[in-house]
Amino acid sequence: MSGFFKSSIGRKVAMALSAFFLMFFLLIHIIINLISVFSEETFNTVSHFMGTNPLIQFGMQPVLIFGVVFHFIMGFVLELQNRRAVGVSYAKNNGGANSTWMSRNMIYSGAAILAFIVLHFIDFWIPEINTKYILGDMSGTIDGVEGLRYYEELTHKFESPLRVGAYVLAFVFLALHLLHGFTSAFQSMGVTAGRKKVLQNLGKAYSIIIPLGFIFIALYHHFNH
Amino acid sequence: MNLTLKIWKQKGPQDKGRMVDYKVNDISEHMSFLEMMDVLNEQLVNSGDEPVAFDHDCREGICGMCSLYINGQAHGPDRGITTCQLHMRMFKDGDTITIEPFRAKAFPVIKDLVVDRMSFERIQQAGGYISVNTSGNTQDANNILISKHAADEAMDAAACIGCGACVATCKNSSAMLFVGAKVSQYALLPQGQIEAVDRVQNMVVQMDLEGFGNCTNTGACEIECPKGISLDNIARMNRELMKASLK
Amino acid sequence: MALDSKVPKGPIKDKWTTYKDKIDLVNPANKRNIDIIVVGTGLAGGSAAATLAELGYNVKAFAYQDSPRRAHSIAAQGGINASKNYMGDGDSNYRLFYDTVKGGDYRSREANVYRLAEVSGNIIDQCVAQGVPFARDYGGLLDNRSFGGVLVSRTFYAKGQTGQQLLLGAYSAMNRQIARGKIEMFNRHEMLDVVLVDGKARGIITRNLITGEIERHSAHAVVIATGGYGNVYFLSTNAMGSNVTAAWKIHKKGAYFANPCFTQIHPTCIPRSGDYQSKLTLMSESLRNDGRIWVPKHLDDAKAIQQGKLKPTEITEENRDYFLERRYPAFGNLVPRDVASRAAKERCDAGYGVNATGEAVYLDFAFAFERYGKEQAKIHGISNPSKEKIIELGQAIIEEKYGNLFQMYEKIIAENPYETPMMIYPATHYTMGGVWVDYNLMTTVEGLYCIGEANFSDHGANRLGASALMQGLADGYFVLPYTIGDYLSDDIRTGKISTDSPEFEEAEKEVKGRITFFMNNNGSKSVDYFHKKLGKIMWDKVGMARNAEGLKEAMAEIKAIREEFWKEVKVPGDANEMNLELEKVGRVADFLELGELFAKDALDRNESCGGHFREESVELEGEQKGEAKRNDKDYAYVSAWEYKGEPADAVLHKEELEFKDIELKQRSYK
Repeated sequence: MSGFFKSSIGRKVAMALSAFFLMFFLLIHIIINLISVFSEETFNTVSHFMGTNPLIQFGMQPVLIFGVVFHFIMGFVLELQNRRAVGVSYAKNNGGANSTWMSRNMIYSGAAILAFIVLHFIDFWIPEINTKYILGDMSGTIDGVEGLRYYEELTHKFESPLRVGAYVLAFVFLALHLLHGFTSAFQSMGVTAGRKKVLQNLGKAYSIIIPLGFIFIALYHHFNH
Repeated sequence: MNLTLKIWKQKGPQDKGRMVDYKVNDISEHMSFLEMMDVLNEQLVNSGDEPVAFDHDCREGICGMCSLYINGQAHGPDRGITTCQLHMRMFKDGDTITIEPFRAKAFPVIKDLVVDRMSFERIQQAGGYISVNTSGNTQDANNILISKHAADEAMDAAACIGCGACVATCKNSSAMLFVGAKVSQYALLPQGQIEAVDRVQNMVVQMDLEGFGNCTNTGACEIECPKGISLDNIARMNRELMKASLK
Repeated sequence: MALDSKVPKGPIKDKWTTYKDKIDLVNPANKRNIDIIVVGTGLAGGSAAATLAELGYNVKAFAYQDSPRRAHSIAAQGGINASKNYMGDGDSNYRLFYDTVKGGDYRSREANVYRLAEVSGNIIDQCVAQGVPFARDYGGLLDNRSFGGVLVSRTFYAKGQTGQQLLLGAYSAMNRQIARGKIEMFNRHEMLDVVLVDGKARGIITRNLITGEIERHSAHAVVIATGGYGNVYFLSTNAMGSNVTAAWKIHKKGAYFANPCFTQIHPTCIPRSGDYQSKLTLMSESLRNDGRIWVPKHLDDAKAIQQGKLKPTEITEENRDYFLERRYPAFGNLVPRDVASRAAKERCDAGYGVNATGEAVYLDFAFAFERYGKEQAKIHGISNPSKEKIIELGQAIIEEKYGNLFQMYEKIIAENPYETPMMIYPATHYTMGGVWVDYNLMTTVEGLYCIGEANFSDHGANRLGASALMQGLADGYFVLPYTIGDYLSDDIRTGKISTDSPEFEEAEKEVKGRITFFMNNNGSKSVDYFHKKLGKIMWDKVGMARNAEGLKEAMAEIKAIREEFWKEVKVPGDANEMNLELEKVGRVADFLELGELFAKDALDRNESCGGHFREESVELEGEQKGEAKRNDKDYAYVSAWEYKGEPADAVLHKEELEFKDIELKQRSYK
């Protein structure tokens, strides 16, 4: 089995497995974020639970971080390998004739998403870690805010039009990444996604609805506060 | 029609190579692309120059020898054909046509447009066969029942002509469509089951050793494949390797 | 030297079995010390190389392409015959034997053909075991279809790519042996001479087509499996690289060349479109199962079609001439290839051709669409289907059967054959003639074997469809491995053959000398110029219909071209690297000699048989009026030519053919 993950196909499978995990995470993430649109209170409760539950914090969170880091590193490693496999490039290449822009530029949409994640970490994750584990404040409250602080922090972040713009752009890249990535992950796992209309449509729906949802949330909070 | 050709010229494996411009005139739209190349070469020979070297043999789309990258596409702009089946009616008077060899680290250029595809040979030697000696005593052919569906699907995979267009067109120079087709042919037939585990593992190991890239499922190979080999074969190979690795 | 065919004694049914029981064998330990060279890796060479390696011999295999899998056997479309009688329609070894001898117009060696029929079933078993995906029916059993010249369905097929699949099977068997180190594969190598030591074939001289290096290779026996010489016509269905060089070189070293004039002109090829044409494309004969061949009944209609004023679909039933069905009611569109080709030529010569050049006839599937469509409508329970629905259902069936051929046609002609009938015309396809071999497949040079299309083979004067694949694989898988062992059993103490002998030295010098000559010739004309000129003479005067006068002219003209060639041919570039013109020039030089011998042989054979049609020899009256007239009294022999310098000086040796098991009859397909 160890030989398997050293093979080109094994690496594809590893990419696909981490992709599935990340796509699952995205689904959870958007469900929680959507709550913020409907109910401040529920959003706060769920956020506090997610932020303080030891199973999630010490079980799931490291797995997630590993998944993200693995997907990125592997993506870059494979890209480098692939470039080496090409050698001399064509003087004239008409890639658009036989493949989608998305499929040929996963590395760029991926890099854009990576840049966004860095921003996202600076915005949310680092302050969270700082408050909870360095300052040791596990209360979920903050001075000047009644009840839990999460909703307030969220809306605060979306005040700046620049940041909202960056978020929107990042989710456009996420959509492009997913438009190829979703079915590609299935294909790598040996499911003939290309042939199965249902999977293809599901892929399109997922790749458009999820990023659109995130964009909606960002804009909603930007214009409502 | 009159055409300008931009053709890759490279004297040998060590030479750096460059694009060279040529002109050909009075090309009939009924000519095949390689017949147009013949006209060019005849012209070059008559003027005392060295002709452009390119691979070709059967000129009916089955031997897999011809291999040009024409205007940015493997086997040119038409679909479901090899270069030798491409006809000049796909072009128009005054066009400039760029002609390059199939590119990949694992397909080094031998001369001009001729590339070395021995890497494909070695992959098949690694396991692309069923170990059965010739004796005249193998069982009667009808003792092995094969569903029509499986036989047809195996045939579709086996239709691969090993031209290398899949590699040439892949942005990663991946050979997975080729290897997938070879693995699939045997995976779909009962005769292939005995050696299935070793076959897929050995062929994939050899494919990686040859320096082909990874598959990122762009699907370009399937579109450019002259024989319409389906991406399903790659998925099947992935499954076969996973199955083999779990055994 | 008198020709000895070495056919074993005894009843025809037992000859091969008795022979195998009595031959000398080489023990496995000794096989390891014996080297065999196989030149050519098509069905015959590939299967022979694999089988010999499986037996334990050290095999060196040579191909001019970059992979054994690209040999031109790959282009065979229709199928492979075997007397399995899976269809239960009365087939048997005898019937396959009979059909082949009759189809070959009684110019083949009975014992060889019987053996071929005997092992035909084994081939199918072997191929299936290798994973060749032959077509199956819904019960999982192998499917068969029928081919020209026979009354049973015995043709196994893999879509329209049977040759490809069989070759990939042999190639996979080779790969297994290459991986084991039992076959040393030399891709992109061309054999340029054979080396004889003490009268025995002991090696070859090759040119590495990448580096230009001239190499010596030694072995205890040499097998030539380099295919046919159809490219002597320049335009043929052969691959561009197919050539006679290996066969011609061995001919010059003492192997007799047999029946060069027996060449098959295949009826169903895509017509020529212009002078630039580099090759002709075959459409599988299997199309004649479902297509009907016709030309307009009236000259006016034909003229209008030629000028593009009329469409074939506008010509009504009663104004069409289904000339094969008319002339040969018993076999109709499925008459043998030579008969179908001549009938098409006859109509076109009379002015009824259907394209701009007047050299094409229609192959029409409209009836098949309807027939299959009705059948499908029944199967799917569609009551009162519309005409469109029927056609649609029928087209789906045809597409399943011949989809790739229809697609190929459309790509070349730019017409949709589902909507308008295909146009076809005969083209040079296969050469029944070749290097003379005895029952053991050995040439007149000891230790030098010739198999597959390269030998003069089992097809007599005409080969039936789907029999070339059968013969190639029979020779390679099931015949040569036995017969060569019998010969090599004397060689177990010989030891490795040295390549440092004067014989190798001499042969290499000759090869190098010729290359140097071409490189320094400084002529003014390209190789293709001469090849095209030769091809035109061959087609016009040594083509589908031949006469004494034309043949004599052809001989003189070819000789003249040859002389001009040696003076005027130009080869640019360098000999020490890949040089495609240099490859071609050597091949054309040999074609220019073969062409003359070809015409000489045709001149000698003043009878019409099979693919060889002499205008002087036709039936003058009776039911068969106008049909080819064979002359068994004077010509029931194999012409085996001995090289004596100029082709015109070649000496004829006759192997008289005896027919003990088949009665000589006029071949009637009426």
